[in-house]
Amino acid sequence: MKLLDRAGYRTDDFSRDGSGGSPIVQLAEVNAALEARGADAPVGVEVANNTDVERLAALFDRVALIAIVFPAFSDGRGFSLAKRLRQDGFKGRLRAVGPLIPDQGPYAFACGFDEIELPEAIAARQTEAQWTKAFSAISLPYQPGYARPATILERRLEARRKATEGARHA
Amino acid sequence: MSATKGQPLPAILIANDLREGHVVFRTAVGWTRDPARARVATDRDAADVLAVEAVQAVARQEVIDAYLIDVDVRNGVPVPRHFRERFKTLGPSVHPELGKQAEFAAYASAAAE
Amino acid sequence: MYRYDEFDERFVRERVAQFRDQVDRRLSGSLTEDEFRPLRLQNGLYLQLHAYMLRIAIPYGSLSSRQLRQLARIADAYDKGYGHFTTRTNLQFNWIKLRDVPDILDLLADVEMHCIQTSGNDVRNVTADQFAGVAGDEIEDPRPVAELLRQWSSLHPEFSFLPRKFKIAVIASAADRAVLKSHDVGVRIVRNKAGEIGYQILAGGGLGRTPMVGKVVRDFLPRGQLLAYLEALLRVYNADGRRDNKFKARIKILVHEIGVETFRERVEAEFAAGPSYADDETAELARIAASFAQKNYERLPARSETFEAARKTDPAFAEWVVNSLFSHKVDGYAAVTVSLKPVGGVPGDMTSAQMRLFADLTDRYSLGELRVTHAQNLVLPYVKQDELHALWKELAGARLATPNVGLVTDIISCPGLDYCALATARSIPIAQAIATRFADKARQADIGPLQIKISGCINACGHHHVGHIGILGLEKRGQESYQVTLGGDSSENMAIGELLGPGLTADEVPDAIERVVGVYLAQRRAGETFIEAVKRLGVGAFKAAFLGGAQNEAA
Repeated sequence: MKLLDRAGYRTDDFSRDGSGGSPIVQLAEVNAALEARGADAPVGVEVANNTDVERLAALFDRVALIAIVFPAFSDGRGFSLAKRLRQDGFKGRLRAVGPLIPDQGPYAFACGFDEIELPEAIAARQTEAQWTKAFSAISLPYQPGYARPATILERRLEARRKATEGARHA
Repeated sequence: MSATKGQPLPAILIANDLREGHVVFRTAVGWTRDPARARVATDRDAADVLAVEAVQAVARQEVIDAYLIDVDVRNGVPVPRHFRERFKTLGPSVHPELGKQAEFAAYASAAAE
Repeated sequence: MYRYDEFDERFVRERVAQFRDQVDRRLSGSLTEDEFRPLRLQNGLYLQLHAYMLRIAIPYGSLSSRQLRQLARIADAYDKGYGHFTTRTNLQFNWIKLRDVPDILDLLADVEMHCIQTSGNDVRNVTADQFAGVAGDEIEDPRPVAELLRQWSSLHPEFSFLPRKFKIAVIASAADRAVLKSHDVGVRIVRNKAGEIGYQILAGGGLGRTPMVGKVVRDFLPRGQLLAYLEALLRVYNADGRRDNKFKARIKILVHEIGVETFRERVEAEFAAGPSYADDETAELARIAASFAQKNYERLPARSETFEAARKTDPAFAEWVVNSLFSHKVDGYAAVTVSLKPVGGVPGDMTSAQMRLFADLTDRYSLGELRVTHAQNLVLPYVKQDELHALWKELAGARLATPNVGLVTDIISCPGLDYCALATARSIPIAQAIATRFADKARQADIGPLQIKISGCINACGHHHVGHIGILGLEKRGQESYQVTLGGDSSENMAIGELLGPGLTADEVPDAIERVVGVYLAQRRAGETFIEAVKRLGVGAFKAAFLGGAQNEAA
């Protein structure tokens, strides 16, 4: 598996097999893992894309990372789950896990994901350069309310405010 | 077991060119736009070879939507048995001046007889 | 019309570059066909039988003369000199090469057009009433709301990989000219008892394999809350819509399976938990509405003597006038529907030469703007009544004055198996055969309003379920076979047609239609239209005639 964030590949500070770093465990095992590790040691939890948000809310302050599985790149449920988790106040790291394609990177980040964990086979075909290029393909999106540097709507309103202020000062 | 078990014979391999989109047929050496020049598989082994070539050509980014269709050989040319594939091989019936029916008139008339 | 600002301009240009890059990655093998397919579909590019097909978005059916000229240019340079207007008010080119598509997208961007989300499992091109802005019965012009939704839905981060496609229509009148109730979401601009303008929201309509009439999920949504509400609704659909079966993945199945009440509860809960964009949305809608600003109408008398005189002296003109005009909210003007259904022609097709000529007429007679209708016709929305006769003469010279709007030969037809890879049978030749059978103008006028709609497969692009007479092409035992339904209605009284009997061969269809129409002619009451008679008599009254019986002669 390969881990990517907005800047490109990075080393994974989590693992599923105890090979190093903090553990990512399945939802059923998360309470046990949290107890075993103690309050200060980071734990990540991996969840299916149809997991009930209420079930996860109790974990928001306890887990450092939530990994949402994309069974296929064409299954967009993970985007809505991420958006819901952010809306409900999860502040930790959000990871998309699965065979995403580069063009989905900006969507994932806008919905609240911080990073993408790719199967090796996808990473072998789609280079790091292709991923980072895809991240900046569209500089400003339209949708208000999605975590991005800025949206077109915000820029338009800002331009109008400036114009109004300019008119007042003139 | 044969990769083309259940595929009626004789058969030809039809696909669309990835870059251009037009319909192409597998020949002995590559692809042709002319349905008259399609390589006809008359036995199971020949059909299996076409099926393997389909997978390879898709993997090489040459064609998409490659599959075998069964044909009758009429006047020396392969004519698809199913009406869908006949339209695909000839062009839109409402525009006889367009598509392969116009480009390969000899094929179209042989196929029509 | 809406004009792009610097942000819209940059957005479509970047989108072109992005698609160019996607094509490069496909050709180099970085993207497999399975990965590329959704990306190309999100840009309107299909693989059809004979070639790629490119579907160009015509947002809410509005088009300028300049845009139409550019489409003509693309038709000549990259296609075979013609295009096809669809029931979603888009334009399709049938003979496109993948390697040309990025250049075509650049040409489209030059005239503020694109192909964004004309296909794919995403929010599709937003449609609206073709008479938006000119209809006397509208509460306001629905196009600013449609444009707001176009922008909001474009490359939406959360809703670009939905269970299935998602179609939205917007109208602002009680009369429904946009088949609102067959959409995944219908937005109807309404006024509440306090006189405030807001939105009635319908969901779960659709045609296809399982036709459903849209249901009201919100009676009145206040202004400023549309984006937040639709975000909540789409989120419920994205999360809960079925993904185990492609044929059950549309929102209509979700709404049907869990019930509209449960669906409403989930949406309202999501809406209550979500953000509000109210001030921003209101400001943005005002900005957009300003660009649809008042046209420069001339002050004209309500009655045009020139027009009335021409009507009396030119019978062919008078015949065309009967069904082609829609009354305009401004005195002295008319909205003109131009039929793209010449008898024996391909419904919705237009040659590049016709496009150029029509663009010129649009400039000279209709303030440079035209519309595309879901019935695959065009509208010139701003014609002075004084100039109708002159316009008609020019249209007639280009085979664009067929006087059949709304009549039996004004047939909706999808491309069917002549082009479409999904089709199970041909549609166009059936439309041609029926139109040819009913070509006689006096007979058409006698029959009056009658909508025939033909689809070449169960996906119902030709809206057959809501045709007064609907025809569905299927494969039966290796042959093309046609099922005929009766009593469908695409208006605000939307109804799904009922099957008349067993499937017919192509050759049998015109006779069967003629017999069904015969029952109407024999049994109608004074002034009663075909669909009114069907509703009164019931579909059963037509079955014997459909099957070939000769009853009802006595009535």
